[in-house]
Amino acid sequence: MDSKSLALQVRMKVLEMVHHANASHVGGAFSMADILAVLYNEVLTIDPQHPGDPHRDRFFLSKGHACSALYATLGLQGFFPLEQLDTYAMDGSMFLSHTSHKIPGVEISSGSLGHVLSIATGVAFAAKLKKTTFKVVCLVSDGELNEGSNWEPIMLAPQHKLDNLVLIIDYNKIQSLGFVKDVIDLEPLRAKFESFRWEVVEIDGHNHEEITDTVTTVSNNKNGIPKVIIAHTIKGKGVDYMENTILWHYRSPNIDLYNNALKQLGTT
Amino acid sequence: MRTAFINQLIEEARKNDRVFLIVGDLGFSVVEPFVQEFPERYLNVGVAEQNMAGFAAGLALEGYCVFIYSIGNFPTLRCMEQIRYDICYHDLNVKIIAVGGGYSYGALGPSHHATEEIGMLRTIPNIVVCAPGDPLESQRITTFCTNHIGPCYVRLGKAGEPVVHEDLAELSIGDIIEVKQGKNTAVFSTGSMLKYVCDFVNDNDLNASIYSFPFVKPINKSQLKEILESYQSIITIEEHQSQGGFGSAILEQANDLLNEGSIKALPKIKRIAINDKFYSIAGSQKYLREAAGLVLEKFYF
Repeated sequence: MDSKSLALQVRMKVLEMVHHANASHVGGAFSMADILAVLYNEVLTIDPQHPGDPHRDRFFLSKGHACSALYATLGLQGFFPLEQLDTYAMDGSMFLSHTSHKIPGVEISSGSLGHVLSIATGVAFAAKLKKTTFKVVCLVSDGELNEGSNWEPIMLAPQHKLDNLVLIIDYNKIQSLGFVKDVIDLEPLRAKFESFRWEVVEIDGHNHEEITDTVTTVSNNKNGIPKVIIAHTIKGKGVDYMENTILWHYRSPNIDLYNNALKQLGTT
Repeated sequence: MRTAFINQLIEEARKNDRVFLIVGDLGFSVVEPFVQEFPERYLNVGVAEQNMAGFAAGLALEGYCVFIYSIGNFPTLRCMEQIRYDICYHDLNVKIIAVGGGYSYGALGPSHHATEEIGMLRTIPNIVVCAPGDPLESQRITTFCTNHIGPCYVRLGKAGEPVVHEDLAELSIGDIIEVKQGKNTAVFSTGSMLKYVCDFVNDNDLNASIYSFPFVKPINKSQLKEILESYQSIITIEEHQSQGGFGSAILEQANDLLNEGSIKALPKIKRIAINDKFYSIAGSQKYLREAAGLVLEKFYF
């Protein structure tokens, strides 16, 4: 499967999961679906049969509320039987609606924002210490950058020249209760990271070639500088009534909207 | 106590190349010998305790036995959610070391009074909560923590605490230490109240037993049962708020032992702890302990 097909399958699976479970956060799952599809299909080396292999690349999802897209990606890549996702957010299921490390292929549980970049920074530091070369990629949301705790590792990583750390910001411009620019405007975001001594690349977070090229290039650049990829994305990407709306941070599609969304995805 | 800790940590690091020490920009005139011997296994992450805890979780994920070190409330309350969610939920091999337990830094004020952290930490699953009573206990607890796979918290005093034990065997999880054998009444002490308790009992010629509890969680159940059955009266003493601390842990376990039929009756249990108050007056540790009523009286015996 190429990454475009994978991204489509991920969105369709997510849609089914959130509809079935009457769950939230489809908008934030769709904004990062292309990034996840490309990472798992093109960039990261992780054997679904051996997700604990010490040489694997490490992917850390910090915006745990959007885990449906990560679960769908992992399921479609064969980390666990896909039908297990039918239990998503159901009574007794391991598939919590915030990322769970009990799921094969998931490195860390997340759900409380502003935690995971510190952990990924520790892993990147350990990788240097052990002289291993696996990639360390961490994906955060834009709203999550309100958390002061994120800026602690953002200060620390350049100090220790963690050029093996790649941070991706899913910059969909909408947070939980409003537009990012109206809550706490992150701009100038590039300048913020540059002043914190990071190498910054801005991309279209839905352009698969751009995602592949950028993540590969920055990971291979051992220049002593951590990398941040500001991925400009659209919340709810792929379904017109979800795109760029705050409502679809929370809402779950009813049967009509579900069918409508499936149809739209199928024709894109 | 902190010197005993760092010296023992150096010993452990010589045997175990996975031991890593992180400080939150504190530890002047404590950590230097470790840094000198193991510069590649030491990091100062700056004044950023949330990051210190999360970063330590990352190192632990990669197989390190990580000690994080700072003063009182900073490596504990300041990053409580990272401790709960990143470290304890994932059951990671991180050891949280807080120097300056209780009123060790008395004159520095309530920001530096570590008087609630045991209550908070002991509600979190997977973590072992330790409060050694003298430098020798600190040494043993440091060894215990290095060998125990999983999260631990260690409340240390400051510096210059006198040695109470002449000798002390290695500690297993939950061990209670008999310090003095007496009759009728037993004093249960945790953390650095121990020396005060021993002096009080000796100076007043009291025929009471003294037990030191270097572990607040877990506490060895069969050992506790046996002790509870041997006394009519127990006094618990701790440098911590009365809610949720060591005395509470003893009451809970005593009650559970009674409820499940393991003991026939409860001894009388008197708790000495801080009575739900902040103290915004300057003072030495001794002064503040007395102000907060952390004292024994002869008529308790």
